[in-house]
Parts: sequence; C-alpha cells; structure tokens
Amino acid sequence: MQTTINRWEHFPHQADIGVRGIGSSKEKAFEQAAIALIAVITDPQLISPEIAVTISCQAPDSELLFVDWLNALIYEIATRKMLFSRFEVIIKNSRVEATAWGEKIQTSKHKPAVEVKGATYTDLHVRQEENGAWIAQCVVDV
Amino acid sequence: MDTSLFTRQSEYEWRIESTGKMRVPAIIYASEALLREMDHKVYEQITNVTTLPGIEKAAYAMPDAHWGYGFPIGGVAAFDADRGGVISAGGVGFDISCGVRNLLTGLTAADIIPVQKKLADALYDKIPAGMGSTGHLSLNSTEMDAMLSGGARWAVERGYGTVEDLEHTEERGCMAGAQPEQVSDHAKKRQRDEMGTLGSGNHYLEIQRVAEIFDANTANAFGLHTDNIVVSIHCGSRGLGHQIGTEFLRTMAIAAAEYGIDLPDRELACAPIHSPLGQDYLGAMRAAINCALANRQIITHLVRQVFAAFFPQAELRLLYDVSHNTCKVEEHIINGTLKRLYIHRKGATRAFGPGHPDIPQAFRAIGQPVLIGGTMGTSSYILVGTSEGMARSFGSACHGAGRSMSRHQATRQWWGHTLVDELAHQGILIRSPSLRGIAEEAPGAYKDVSAVVDAADQGKLARKVAKLVPLICIKG
Repeated sequence: MQTTINRWEHFPHQADIGVRGIGSSKEKAFEQAAIALIAVITDPQLISPEIAVTISCQAPDSELLFVDWLNALIYEIATRKMLFSRFEVIIKNSRVEATAWGEKIQTSKHKPAVEVKGATYTDLHVRQEENGAWIAQCVVDV
Repeated sequence: MDTSLFTRQSEYEWRIESTGKMRVPAIIYASEALLREMDHKVYEQITNVTTLPGIEKAAYAMPDAHWGYGFPIGGVAAFDADRGGVISAGGVGFDISCGVRNLLTGLTAADIIPVQKKLADALYDKIPAGMGSTGHLSLNSTEMDAMLSGGARWAVERGYGTVEDLEHTEERGCMAGAQPEQVSDHAKKRQRDEMGTLGSGNHYLEIQRVAEIFDANTANAFGLHTDNIVVSIHCGSRGLGHQIGTEFLRTMAIAAAEYGIDLPDRELACAPIHSPLGQDYLGAMRAAINCALANRQIITHLVRQVFAAFFPQAELRLLYDVSHNTCKVEEHIINGTLKRLYIHRKGATRAFGPGHPDIPQAFRAIGQPVLIGGTMGTSSYILVGTSEGMARSFGSACHGAGRSMSRHQATRQWWGHTLVDELAHQGILIRSPSLRGIAEEAPGAYKDVSAVVDAADQGKLARKVAKLVPLICIKG
C-alpha cells in the first residue's frame, strides 16, 4: 500500500471538533490523528520537532486505546507546555509505545487558538475500510 | 428538530413521553423557533439520560441546549441514591464547575471610556489567558491539597480577596466533601502552574455596562443600575477538572457493565452513588469544584489589582459566583415529598428561588442571582431564581447562548482580524493571543443569547433582571 494514503482531517461537532487519522496501518492512523489534534490548536507546520518525548498507554480495546493515546498526548502538552508535530506509534498487545517530537509552546510563534481539554467517546471509531485504509477518529472537547 | 416528536405542554415546554427504556419523560424548555433550530442529537441525548437508573421526575434540557457528550449541554437530571441512582462523569463534563462570577465596580461607562484601551491592555497583561499560559503561583503538594479542600476560602486565607466574597459564592466558597486523595497525581500535576488562569475556548473576562434593567426592585437589591460597570469572569477548574473528567469517564465506562448498567452511549459513563467508584468520583469532583472556585477567586484578586491602579477609590464587590457543570446534593419536593437528590447540571445554571437557605442573606428574600454569559461581543444577562423554577427544573436555568455552528464552520465564515475591527467599531475591545481563536468564537457561531434568555424567562425557569453589554473582552 502507498504511504500517501496517510493523512488527517477534522470533522464537525456542534460545540467542538472531531479529529480523524487515516493511514495504511492502525499505527499510521493513530499518528495522523495526533497531527489532527495538534491542528486543532495550531498549524502543525509551525512546530519544530526538536525535543523527543516518549508516551505509552494501554487499554482493553482499540477504541479505548485510541482515546487513551490522544489523552496521553493532551497530558504531555498540558504539563510540558509543549506542542508536537511528528509522531511514531507502535501498537503491540493493545499497548501504544510512541515517540512525539516537538518544542515548547511560544504564544507569539504558534498563536494557539484553543487548548484541548480531553478526547471523548463521541463519534469514536477505529476500523479498517474495505480499501485497506485504517481510520481512527473521535470528537475532542475544547 | 421535528416538533411533532413532542407533546407541547405550553408555549415554552415540550415533553417527550416515556416509552421503551425511558424511566421518566424528558422535557425541553424552549420557544418553538429555538426548538426547531436544535440539533436532533439533543433529543437523542436527553432521551438517553432518562434511561439511567434512579432518575427522578424527568430529564430536562434548557433553552440553550445543544449536542454534548452523553448529556446534552444544557441538560439537568436528578438521581435518588437510595433507588439505585447514579452519578455520571459525563453528566458533569470535562470542565468541572466551569462558571461565571460578576463583580460590581460602582463605576459608570463614563469612567471607563477614557481609559478603555489602557485598561484592556493592563487586564490582558495581568490575567494569564490562552493555551500554555501559567499562573502567578505554583502549588506544592501540601498547598494543592489545601486548595482542593478549601476552594475560594483557601484563596481568601492567602490574601486573594475578602471574607465578604465567600458569602456571595455558591457553597460559601468551599464545597464540602472534597477528597483531594481521590484526585490523581496526573490531575494535580496538570494544575500545578494553572491557578489564576482563564484558559481558552469560550472562557473570557469582560468589562460590561448595564444596558437595560427589566426588574428595577431586584436590580436594585443586586446593586445593578443602568450604565454601571460590571466585571464578568467565565472559567472553570482548568487542567485539573479536565483530567478528572477524562480519568473517571474511562473508569466508569468500563465499570458500568459490572454494576449492571446498560449504557446507551459510552459517554453517559456513570456509577451508582452508593458504590466505591461513585463515592470516589464525588470526592474528586468536589475537589475540582473547589479548584474552580479558587481559580475564579484568584482572578478576582488580579482584576482588583488592575482596577486599583486606574480607579483607586473603586471597590469591586462580588455580586455572585455560579457554576454550571456540577453534580450537587439538594433537597427538592417530588410528588409532595421532600427528597435528597443528586442534581446534575451540564451546562445549566443553578437558579434557586426566594427563601432558599443556600442563597446569601442579602438576596434570600428575592432569589438567587443567575448569571448568564453571552458570547464575545454580544449581551450577557442577570436573572433571578423563582419559586416556579424550583418546581419546573429543580431550580435550574440556561447557562449561555449555546453554539449553533461548529468551530470549523466559524473559521470558514469569519476572519479574526475583521471581527476585532468590527467589534472595535462598536466600542468593544478584544484582547486575545489568537486570531483564529477569535474567529472560532465569533458571535454569529452562537444562538441569539437574547432569545435563549427570553425563553428561560417566559418558560418561568428564572426571571430577567438586567442586560449587560461588553466594553472589553479578554479571550483565552
């Protein structure tokens, strides 16, 4: 499968916003969804991938794992005061082992539009499409 | 929404009869126009709420109701612990105890206009707003626990405000039953540097002018006079509340099956009140309420410092502080019997009628001030709780305008720059770290707050007292 399938997008929710990652594997879909999450806050291209942070989480099923992954990322953003633009996700036995690269938030550079409070179970799906592409999505509360 | 799905009880009351798994009916308070505009998801979500164990009387949606998580935003529901009633993390939401407080300044618009720009800059400079901002203090673990137990009282004891402020805050500034030990280290770490910060999204600090009085006697009792200046602060429990919401939503969603609760939507995650998990959440959620009260108290102190530099004579008195994302134990009369119930308000404001012992002495004979936040550049309102409201919605009213458009749609329709210029032309100064954030919060992306408040007033949930219009808005 071509890697060009990997992409992200937002979808509407009346009060908030949905993040969707599409990828050639579940891992790629998780990575793309993380970029979609960052894009809720700012333009990911404004973020230099200078500092690496490791993130891991575990859950009983793929959908909970996806929400946990985004919430773990939100936690790192909030406590490290960082933004990320590059991700590498490995999923093994319902466990995410990931590295995120980014930099400290600079208001003048990144002009963050909004902070994300948490990932929700609304419109939550992790599934493989008939064409083989993986989709991971949910609404995030801002 | 299709109005034929409802039994119309009166001009502003729409009832969904109890069928299938519903344990009680659902009632939406709205004008026909507001109901038609509401997303069908509100119908689905408020109906889902009625299926939860131990629910009493009915599930209610306020006139500003919109699509939320599990509960609609603008949802109110009461549960009886002794009938298997539940407490729901989804029914409180992520931003636990998000709320509004209003400060009376005694100043008039004529005092503000000559210094409007400097005052806007000074407030923006002093009050941390927006993502990534940190507060002026950092809490060690002992102080964190003291704050989570003490709320606004903790803040006042440390010099942020006066004892009089506490009398004019829900729960007298301190939510009883908070259990800091139920708040995770993650939640505490997320909050360590965030005390006294506004946050982002729809949170704001506004300098407002009293533009219109609807009820002169009540306005007078509240200290509101035409052309007076009021400070309005809208924010919540910050990262701590978000983290508690995230963690308990997950735990409750997984545990629901163990408790034999059939969740129609994972986001309605809940646990029996009489269960260890239910009790743990109550203790953590109450600690988050204290965090929100302390946060708004610290911001109040910062606002007073800024005003003191411009108007040394001005005394900023707290009118009242209300929260709109909570679960609280209250006594209500059901079929002639006084019951102790767990009232969830998700995007709904408590609106107690006259005589309620929880209302400050100064307003007890009149009713509780109900503070309704507008959107950037539009009006805000002050209402008063009524006896009818106690019976109609467990003493609850709307909390704001409610969104009518997604953030994505808003950014496609408006430019932050143009909005700032247009509002400046109307005499409203906006200060914010993000132009895109401004576009996402464009006034046009919300329902008409006046129509929402009129429906709350006409639907007899609370009575209109005064309308406020902004002169300065600090957006996170």
